Amino acid sequence: MSRSKGSIVGIGELKPQRLTQGVTTLQMIAEVSRLAVLDAGLEPAAIDGLLVGPQVGETPQHVPATIAEYLGLAPTMANVVDLGGASGAGMVWRAAAAIEAGMCETVLCVLANNREETAPRSPNRNPIREFDVPFGASGANISYALLMQAHMAEYGSTAPDFAAIAAAALANAQLNPDAIFYGKVADVDAVLASPMIASPLHLLEIVMPVAGGEAVVVTSADRARSLRKPPVHLLGAGEKVTHRAVSQAPSLTSGPLKSAMARAFHQSGTDADAMDLLSLYDCYTIMVATTVEDAGLCAPGQFGAWLCDHDLSHKGDKPLNTHGGQLGFGQPDLAGGMTHVVEAVRQLRGEAGERQIGKAGLALVTGNGATMSEATALVLGAA
Amino acid sequence: MAIDLNTLKIPGPTITAQTKPFWDASAEGRLTIQHCEDCGKAIFYPRPICPHCWSKRLLWKDASGRGRLKSFSEVHKPGHPGWLPAAPYVVGLVELVEGSTMLSFILAGTRPLQIGAMLLFAPTAIGGRVLPAFKPVEPGQEEKPK
Ligand SMILES: [Zn+2]
Repeated sequence: MSRSKGSIVGIGELKPQRLTQGVTTLQMIAEVSRLAVLDAGLEPAAIDGLLVGPQVGETPQHVPATIAEYLGLAPTMANVVDLGGASGAGMVWRAAAAIEAGMCETVLCVLANNREETAPRSPNRNPIREFDVPFGASGANISYALLMQAHMAEYGSTAPDFAAIAAAALANAQLNPDAIFYGKVADVDAVLASPMIASPLHLLEIVMPVAGGEAVVVTSADRARSLRKPPVHLLGAGEKVTHRAVSQAPSLTSGPLKSAMARAFHQSGTDADAMDLLSLYDCYTIMVATTVEDAGLCAPGQFGAWLCDHDLSHKGDKPLNTHGGQLGFGQPDLAGGMTHVVEAVRQLRGEAGERQIGKAGLALVTGNGATMSEATALVLGAA
Repeated sequence: MAIDLNTLKIPGPTITAQTKPFWDASAEGRLTIQHCEDCGKAIFYPRPICPHCWSKRLLWKDASGRGRLKSFSEVHKPGHPGWLPAAPYVVGLVELVEGSTMLSFILAGTRPLQIGAMLLFAPTAIGGRVLPAFKPVEPGQEEKPK
């Protein structure tokens, strides 16, 4: 296996909430950043790199400077990572690369969002706004419904095949008291009985939007050795961005994660079957299906049979999204993608408590943004 | 669908000088798209350069108006509230025989919709303007596409 490209030494997570009142995203960034830096056992002054997400509405420009000032940081590397749900995973390798390039030593990667009852509508003036919205196709639900319908037509995958992904996520969420679906299970029938939103997508196959925040601290493998928590090493990464509008997708049944994961496996000298944890981006059930197939865990179109053959719980042979995934945890906007990083770190540290998986040496983390457009994959390894 | 689509209070296209020929044609009931004189490919949506070869030699040409349904969704809960009176309605990905793909509104046919179905351009008044919608080819209505 390859050497460490950098190490995650701190994690922070806010409990998701359906709505916030009078709380700014900046406040939430401050809260979650503090948790991650405390977890790492570092002083704030040790943070000399800052990666943040875009903040539509609240801070349209100068986001890193606004956040640095708010947190009292003076980073020697600061940037916005704008890859939708792939932003969290995208931050981790960028942090490691910036450290390797000698620009900084310890990077705070942070994403958070408030969620007020009356959010303003998108001010977009781009091709999606001009060529999708006028036809009644606003929002991601319809795009993923189109991907799912295409998968069903091409491979004969069925509604229960997809519903099983949501049922497994909600089952896993029962071991995560912070998850928005904690205490609320749904089996395949219940998922299929939930309201149809955009055929063939049912309500429970779609993440619930929540407020929340996630942060990780990345430093060099050398420095990581002296810190209080067992480091989690970045062993490989891959990324690919192919399109934005679903009409421009090169394929409806395979996505850019395919090549991103291949690169991450190649860099780390691993493969999909070697992973002890699958921490796969799950904005919709279809996204997990396509990722399992693109990872090579099963043949294209065969995810349904694959699900039947494997136990996705923490005790199972293929633990998948042990925190409940975003389908079970809730999706705190861009921070949702980072939940997959944070959970992988917990598992690889052996800190997952009741839901700790058995052998925890390697984890695959995926991020996905827009309409299966922006893809980042990470292979993480235990100390 | 019971309601008149033209009465919907919905966001229209955000037209620019670059895209105006497409929308002007649509208002006249025509479907026009750019073609690249260098690589020969059809382009959707309109751009100043060909996304395939970056040539600037682009020509507007009326399209055949024929396409194949690559995927579709019946929308029960629209992302924009202005569409609620029309729900459920169908949007789909239309692969034009010219080769490019666009998202569009799919009018109801007499049979259940299926991926792979042949579609015809069907300019339709929606929300106070004529939009380039599509409708399924009915049995016996059309020969095979060229
Ligand atoms: Zn060209």
